[in-house]
Amino acid sequence: MSTFLTSSIGKKLIMSISGLFLIAFLCVHLTLNLLLFAGADIYNAAAGFMGSNIIMKIIEPVLGAGFIIHIIYSIILWFQNQKARPVKYKMVDQSESSTWSSRNMIVLGILIVAFLAIHLVNFFYKIKFTDIKVTEYQLVTGMFTQEYWYIVVIYVVGAIFLGLHLYHAFQSAFQTLGLNNSIWRKRWDVIGLIYSLIIGLGFAIIPLYFLVKELI
Amino acid sequence: MDLTLKIWRQKDSKSKGKFETYQVTGISPDCSFLEMLDQLNEKLISEQKDPVAFARGDCGVSFDHDCREGICGMCGMFINGRAHGADTGITTCQLHMRRFKDKDTIVVEPWRAKPFPIIKDLVVDRSAFDQIIQAGGYVNVNTGGVPDANCIPIPKPNADEAMDAAACIGCGACVATCKNASAMLFVAAKVSQLALLPQGKVEAKERVQKMVAKMDELGFGSCTNTGACEVECPKSVSISHIARMNREYLCAKLSS
Repeated sequence: MSTFLTSSIGKKLIMSISGLFLIAFLCVHLTLNLLLFAGADIYNAAAGFMGSNIIMKIIEPVLGAGFIIHIIYSIILWFQNQKARPVKYKMVDQSESSTWSSRNMIVLGILIVAFLAIHLVNFFYKIKFTDIKVTEYQLVTGMFTQEYWYIVVIYVVGAIFLGLHLYHAFQSAFQTLGLNNSIWRKRWDVIGLIYSLIIGLGFAIIPLYFLVKELI
Repeated sequence: MDLTLKIWRQKDSKSKGKFETYQVTGISPDCSFLEMLDQLNEKLISEQKDPVAFARGDCGVSFDHDCREGICGMCGMFINGRAHGADTGITTCQLHMRRFKDKDTIVVEPWRAKPFPIIKDLVVDRSAFDQIIQAGGYVNVNTGGVPDANCIPIPKPNADEAMDAAACIGCGACVATCKNASAMLFVAAKVSQLALLPQGKVEAKERVQKMVAKMDELGFGSCTNTGACEVECPKSVSISHIARMNREYLCAKLSS
């Protein structure tokens, strides 16, 4: 077991499991966000439940650890992989052999972390550590207005990056776990595409909806 | 066809290499890429630009080649950014000049990976692959009477899949094309081939651990599942074998 987690496959396993945990978290997150469409009362009740629930209080640090582990291992693996090719090619053409997102997971990951920082300051920090005078619903809808158009742009672009990251991440996680073969590959690919489209479009549509609603 | 070639020239493993530009003219679209390089070398030798190099037999471009019928895997080179050039399912000897256009500029580089040091020009040392095989890519055969042929029943799908994995010719295109210089497809092909057969199952757990440990030790990168390797593999070995290796490795580690 000692060499397990330090081996290349072991490190990939950690990436895969932490990634799948984050994938599951995103489902919960999006479901809650979509309640914004159900009106202020329902959303505030749901947000209040998530904030005070004992289970959520336990899961919160686990979620934070999930993010940190996923980020740290991606950086470790990226540096190790760079070392495996000290002299780079003059010309590389992988446009026909792999997808753009699969080759740029680290770039997409860094952009998502940057977005995450903005996102945490916007909502998590404000709700947890400051005395907001408004309800959660007002905080969210107040952010996605014409006045703060750039926040809407950041959230939509962030959601697109997340969708691209997830499209490769989903199938990659199952491949790393070994839960794959020539039949399931096509299935994971389709399920991953549907999942990443739902998450990407789902998160993108919320700020756009409130912006358009204000304009009309 | 008239072509401009930008070829990586490097005297030996310790020297610093650089790209040299050569012009070749009158190349037939029907000849293979290696035959085109042969014509370039004949031209370079007949020009005898550098008498000292000529005396050493050193003025032509060095490149690996052997069978020239697509089965030995020697002729590894990175052509216009792709392992074995733009066609899929082939080695360089099966790449024909009709794939290029007249007046094209072609960039030719050796495989680039830390465990594949350059010996000279386009020739790299792929013995790292041999070391991985030596670490466990075999089946021990005990002494005794010769067993009857076909006395061990093997399900047809398993035999087929093992055969597909065994098609690997160890050319190194997977490592060369992988953005992480990972050898996972090569190692997975051997692990998968032997794990699928009853004869190989006996040592399967030990084998996968030893081969992966050797792969890591030699400095190959890790797999990020881009799938580029299976596209560039001249034998189209599937990355499903990598999934099987991951499975074998995780099960072996968890049960040991």
